[in-house]
Amino acid sequence: MNDRRNLFNKVWDVHSVRTLASGQTQLFIGLHLIHEVTSPQAFSILRDRGLNVQYPERTLATVDHIIPTENQSRPFLDVLAEQMMSSIERNCREFGIRLFNLDDHRQGVVHIVGPEQGLTQPGMTIACGDSHTSTHGAFGSIAFGIGTSQVADVLATQTIAIGKPLVRKVEVTGALRRGVFSKDVALHIIRRLGVQGGVGFAYEYSGDVFDRMTMEERMTVCNMSIEGGARCGYVNPDRTTIDYIKGRPFAPRDADFDRASAWWLSLASPKNAEFDDIVSFDGSAIEPTVTWGINPSQSVGVTEKLPTLASFSVDDQKGIQEALNYMELTEQQPIRGLKINVAFIGSCTNGRISDLREAAAIAKGRKVAAGVKALVVPGSQLVRQQAMDEGLDKVFEAAGFEWRSAGCSMCLAMNPDKLQGREVCASSSNRNFKGRQGSPTGRTLLMSPAMVAAAAVNGCVSDVREML
Amino acid sequence: MAVSVMSARCFEIPLPTTIANSICLKESFDMQQIRQISGTGVPLLLDDIDTDRIIPARFLRCVTFEGLGEHVFEDDRKQDSKHPFDDPCHQGGGILIAGRNFGCGSSREHAPQALIRWGIKAIIAESFAEIFFGNSIGLGLPCVNAKRTELIRLAAVIAANPTLVVTVDLVGQQVNAGHESFPSEIVESARRSLTTGNWDFLGQLLEGTSDVSRIAEKLPYVSGFRQ
Repeated sequence: MNDRRNLFNKVWDVHSVRTLASGQTQLFIGLHLIHEVTSPQAFSILRDRGLNVQYPERTLATVDHIIPTENQSRPFLDVLAEQMMSSIERNCREFGIRLFNLDDHRQGVVHIVGPEQGLTQPGMTIACGDSHTSTHGAFGSIAFGIGTSQVADVLATQTIAIGKPLVRKVEVTGALRRGVFSKDVALHIIRRLGVQGGVGFAYEYSGDVFDRMTMEERMTVCNMSIEGGARCGYVNPDRTTIDYIKGRPFAPRDADFDRASAWWLSLASPKNAEFDDIVSFDGSAIEPTVTWGINPSQSVGVTEKLPTLASFSVDDQKGIQEALNYMELTEQQPIRGLKINVAFIGSCTNGRISDLREAAAIAKGRKVAAGVKALVVPGSQLVRQQAMDEGLDKVFEAAGFEWRSAGCSMCLAMNPDKLQGREVCASSSNRNFKGRQGSPTGRTLLMSPAMVAAAAVNGCVSDVREML
Repeated sequence: MAVSVMSARCFEIPLPTTIANSICLKESFDMQQIRQISGTGVPLLLDDIDTDRIIPARFLRCVTFEGLGEHVFEDDRKQDSKHPFDDPCHQGGGILIAGRNFGCGSSREHAPQALIRWGIKAIIAESFAEIFFGNSIGLGLPCVNAKRTELIRLAAVIAANPTLVVTVDLVGQQVNAGHESFPSEIVESARRSLTTGNWDFLGQLLEGTSDVSRIAEKLPYVSGFRQ
């Protein structure tokens, strides 16, 4: 028992095909997920070079980014979106790839669909032309976003060329306070380590805070790894992982499942595992967190004021001032009470059933503030159905939220759901970049789904702890 | 100073008019060695420039990368009349000078595609986000690192003379502009790939096909966990 390799290195080793001339590794990809935005040009590469899909059964396609959440009748009103739909339909048909299309009840945001179907499993390497592929690391898989050329690489060879990152243990211990959610943990880590703190690293999230989390909570944390610069983040598989996977459509069954579980658990980092770096945080110190700026590290606890310019290094002050100007905020301003125009609940970060339950618990018996447009976009058709079975749609609608169909929606606004002008949006998504939510001058405040619901009801950034 | 410009073939040919899968015609047998890249400089010394800013998501509603060049930094440019990409001094510029963590955020390859199609041939920055970096190298777009102080000095040299030719030397690991030189470095695997003409990763990956099936067979989940 002298194997001190962490999970990342164990999984990396069994997927390493060979070392390339550049020194990079040719890495086998166990599960490839594709969607309509970053795949069309990859299929064009295959056609141009006369290549086929090497392992079509190891790729799954769905549609999410451009999907309208109101009128889904075909052809779409947006001719460009319709063209992308036809493109992925044709590509999947011609290359023999399974597609969860709009008419399939399993359709949804790609990072919600994979886990939901039991496709995402511990010990796998997972790639997708989307940076939030890190979500799947919640299962103890190595999962990362890739570009379109690499999508072509995976289609044609089931491998990619990649350099091996270092592994940093990100430890969070202590009891989270009431009203503090996994999103707050993720935002807190990014606030402390910065948006580029994780570049060159894979993150292992460990400590009792993650041990206690449900799989959905772990997915939220791993999803945000890339926002801290880490292309990949994971949690070691445990009983929670195995219980989640059991019985899902693509999970192994019976004796196969038992053998799978044994292998999965064997991959977890041992207690004495080696890491290239370790950082620790006190979970009990985390507050409900809200971003105030134009990248996900620019956040404060809801009871805090915005930082002063002088509290940043001289090098950083230019960027901070740019963020304050864009957001029309000033240093030392309280974040609480900041007026919002739009509330968005959804995305691969927080569009799962537990997120909708948490938001609905706040919305229940309350009304969305006058002048606020609030929408709930479930992450998948199955999440949507589950929520409706639980009556959550009625809770939201009674409160004045719009209840929409599944997709990425206003997280990146490639569909008709967009901010207008200088609107401020309380959002459960993952990026507060300039223009991210569809208006070139729109403003985004990232927070947990419960905090979004609280902001929707009060018309301004609020402390959800007072509403639980 | 004699400068040999051996930029990738893809920068010298007209773009295909049919569905262009990438800026480069990806023919593994014909990748050019990229050792030195020259062009005038475009200073954009900001940190954490994300790929949403480089190419806003609404322009990703496409099935080719054609036409992305004209929309590069579109929203930033509309809100900043002095944006370097609109500055007449920097039109035709090929060497982008940026700050820390350039290209963070979304994995969209549309970002380096848009920059290349605008005319960018190399980027010098304090650091790069990982996915953007990998995407760029695979397109033959060198991304080299330089210290912040060097970047500020280089930007000042360019500001004083925007027509000055800036040369990124991947072999000598430095950037030259006029009589000045600036130490720079590039991740070794990328340097090796670019300078030896081995940046068509697909071609190399295809060569490993037999090894791939050997590795796949050994993975318990590929065989469905059957004994």
